[in-house]
Amino acid sequence: MADASNTDAFVEFERVQKSYDGETLVVKDLNLTLPKGEFLTMLGPSGSGKTTCLMMLAGFETATHGDIRLAGVSINNIPPHKRGIGMVFQNYALFPHMTIAENLSFPLEVRKMGKSEREAKVKRALDMVEMGAFGGRRPSQLSGGQQQRVALARALVFEPELVLMDEPLGALDKQLREKMQFEITHLAHELGITTVYVTHDQTEALTMSDRVAVFNDGRIQQLAPPDELYESPQNSFVAQFIGENNTLEGVVKEISGNHAVVALDDGETIQCTPVNVSEVGQRTQVSIRPERVEYNKERLQEGAHTLKAEVLEFIYMGDIFRTRLRVAGNDEFIIKTRNAPDQDRLQPGQQIEIGWLPEDCRALDA
Amino acid sequence: MSDTTQSGPVLAADGTPLKRSLARALRMQKLRALMLIAPLLIFILLAFIFPIADMLFRSVENRIVADTLPETVVTLKDWDPMSGESPDEAVYESLYYDLFVAAEAKEHTKLGTRLNYEHTGISSLFRSSGRKVDDIGKADVKAIQRSGDGELKNGALWYEIMSGGSSAAGDTDLLDGERTKLAQLTGEKFSGDIGFVPGAEISKLFPRTAIAYTDFALFTAVVDGDIVAEEKPWETVYVAFATEVSTDGGAANLASYTGPGADALKAAAAAIADLPPISFKEAFLDIDKDWGNVGNWRTIQTYSPEYTTGYFLNSVDLHLGADGVEARPENQQIYITLFKRTMIMSLMITGSCILLGYPVAWILANLPTRSANLLMILVLLPFWTSLLVRTSAWKVMLQQQGVINDVLVWLGLVADDARLVMINNQFGTIVAMTHILLPFMILPMYSVMQTINPTYLRAAKSLGATNWTAFWRVYFPQSVPGIGAGSILVFILSIGYYITPEIVGGTKGVFISNRIAYHISSSLNWGLAAALGSILLAVVLLLYWAYDKIVGIDNVKLG
Ligand SMILES: Nc1ncnc2c1ncn2[C@@H]1O[C@H](COP(=O)(O)OP(=O)(O)OP(=O)(O)O)[C@@H](O)[C@H]1O
Ligand SMILES: [Mg+2]
Repeated sequence: MADASNTDAFVEFERVQKSYDGETLVVKDLNLTLPKGEFLTMLGPSGSGKTTCLMMLAGFETATHGDIRLAGVSINNIPPHKRGIGMVFQNYALFPHMTIAENLSFPLEVRKMGKSEREAKVKRALDMVEMGAFGGRRPSQLSGGQQQRVALARALVFEPELVLMDEPLGALDKQLREKMQFEITHLAHELGITTVYVTHDQTEALTMSDRVAVFNDGRIQQLAPPDELYESPQNSFVAQFIGENNTLEGVVKEISGNHAVVALDDGETIQCTPVNVSEVGQRTQVSIRPERVEYNKERLQEGAHTLKAEVLEFIYMGDIFRTRLRVAGNDEFIIKTRNAPDQDRLQPGQQIEIGWLPEDCRALDA
Repeated sequence: MSDTTQSGPVLAADGTPLKRSLARALRMQKLRALMLIAPLLIFILLAFIFPIADMLFRSVENRIVADTLPETVVTLKDWDPMSGESPDEAVYESLYYDLFVAAEAKEHTKLGTRLNYEHTGISSLFRSSGRKVDDIGKADVKAIQRSGDGELKNGALWYEIMSGGSSAAGDTDLLDGERTKLAQLTGEKFSGDIGFVPGAEISKLFPRTAIAYTDFALFTAVVDGDIVAEEKPWETVYVAFATEVSTDGGAANLASYTGPGADALKAAAAAIADLPPISFKEAFLDIDKDWGNVGNWRTIQTYSPEYTTGYFLNSVDLHLGADGVEARPENQQIYITLFKRTMIMSLMITGSCILLGYPVAWILANLPTRSANLLMILVLLPFWTSLLVRTSAWKVMLQQQGVINDVLVWLGLVADDARLVMINNQFGTIVAMTHILLPFMILPMYSVMQTINPTYLRAAKSLGATNWTAFWRVYFPQSVPGIGAGSILVFILSIGYYITPEIVGGTKGVFISNRIAYHISSSLNWGLAAALGSILLAVVLLLYWAYDKIVGIDNVKLG
């Protein structure tokens, strides 16, 4: 699914731009194709234009430039109520003056469906989210998680092919959120719906999605499946934004194919994999994941490059140990080690040597 | 949790029941809170609760008859109006003394006005009789004054006689009774030393004379500020003496009298012995033959009690007739019509406020803040202009030679000789009041609409609703509390409005409140005004209750 070609594209954004005030572009040159049945997450910091993209797709905002197509048809001039897109809002937007059952039957009523058919569908949708017993209640009489399920059921009850969700779990506590994450992905795959999901919680994005689009500054920084996104970030923004990350600054000294040598600012040189640096003399940020750093010499692989480090702080976190080091003048260098019986606990002040594989060390743009 | 196993009340740490120690802890807090709101509470009590209670009270209060004619009311009790005969002598006698004092205090015209609400013509009867009441028994008065060597012509001897001399026992009960009577009559205070106490002996022998003199003394000292002994007593004193001495046992009483001035009194008694006894009834019929009218007396009797339903009956075009409650004559029925008109027009004003205000409130709630603020100023602008100016502006706009008619004529839509009548009728009142009350509709609607999240509309549309369906099924129901609040405000305000209807309403477009204002400030029939006001209040409360039952007052949001 990751490499969807244009032939089976269901949703397409082509060179879409959006400006609210005519001065700044909130969305700059957005290109995105989404095959049928995919679960795509838009992830990015606040104000990066995620909601705007969603609203353009739903029809509540018009693109300033570019084309949005649904199943091959341009929808720029189709009003929202004719697009047939299910939507879950951040605050759920359940109609407070209607009961849960009335809320669910609303989209069916406006589609002029018969009463018995409506009731059957509402019941099925409520059962699907395990809310069958709550049809007679008002939204205000439900807990946040229950409202969330109802909102989901309402977006699905009229069987749309595309469902948009804008931070639907933002208001829930951690445990409930994790449960709902599972339920939503499960439902989406079971029903075979195409889903565009917006969040700024990276764990949510990584665990739920087929593909994640990382947004920043109105552009997609990287569009990739979760594992690829985590392990091979394409630029320093993605590397910083997804997961924990150590960075060392320096200048490219040599570069050839898959291999580069970077001179760090304090004089050390290290071996890296170049990602988006291309010429010698360019400034670069070298990124290494904390769990890929090793200090136990025996476990260091052959040919691994080593650097001197001083232990500043040791933090016990239960399943892992988190140690803060000073490496090449950087006081915020973190390493993570598994809490295994043979693992030492480093002491502050201790001088150690750390190393990693050149493949795990990625030279990105500065 | 040992508490749960105990069967008795839960105890606090020190062993007192938890409920009590909680109440004690809260009492201080409540007291402090009460002190904070005390100024407001007192203000509301003084400026709101008390006047309303006073108004409600005035609508049934009817002390004026008993206060002005205290004795007549008592003697009249036994009279049977169904007999068709005018009351007997005793009633007229009481009336003489009551009316004399009332006329001295100039209170009799007020009573006349009050009774005239119930029976037209009584007012002039009281006014003319008040002027002539001191002529009653003139012959006896003259005879007494001329008797002996004319000593009873002036005040000094009378003072001696009535006080019983400097060392005699005084009848302070009588004095206090008369103080109260006069205080009720005039509303003034008759306390303090007046330099006179009626003698116990004379008040026992000639009680009515003593009462008459005491009234005179109190009046002279308190109202006129003169020395009692230096003033010539009222005619009532002479008349009272003349009647008392000529009744059975009067002569014996006089013979037994040993106090000061006994000789002079005996000479006076001799002087009037040959005169015919005074007939008060004849005297009053001489003054005005209407005093023989049964209808007048029935009115006085009907309105003798201190409380009356008369004002309320009047408010709904009824009155207490000979056989109980009956409808007023056709030409006097105005209040029911006015109440109905007030209700219907207030409803129309509320309706047009909703129609005009809803879109404005909607725009206000959906505009960006800056433009919304500007528009809000336009909505509030009428508040900053005087009510009179706004109303008068409508006069300029709507009159037959006014702006709107001129424009219509100029456009050729209306012929010059058929200009529309848009003012001094109901149309004018509705237009002007809708304009004036519109902000009261817009503001609550606006504040409710502001709380309606626009995502509801988006959600409805994403679910497939057209713009209209989304509005009607999703937005409108949520804005109903605002409409409710605005309607209650506008309706209640318009029901009690009177300046605007007064100016632009003509005769067909006035409200009940205009009538209330008229009774408060022009006709001075406060009791009727209070009764009309109370009915209005009751109607509003009733509608409020009905609204609560039908819509639910929880559904009213002012913001
Ligand atoms: N209606 C609007 N008018 C003007 N500017 C807007 C409007 N809506 C959003 N913006 C601006 O567009 C930019 C992107 O907003 P958007 O709501 O798409 O961000 P987002 O990625 O959804 O952020 P968040 O994670 O906080 O929801 C922001 O800078 C925001 O200020
Ligand atoms: Mg957003």
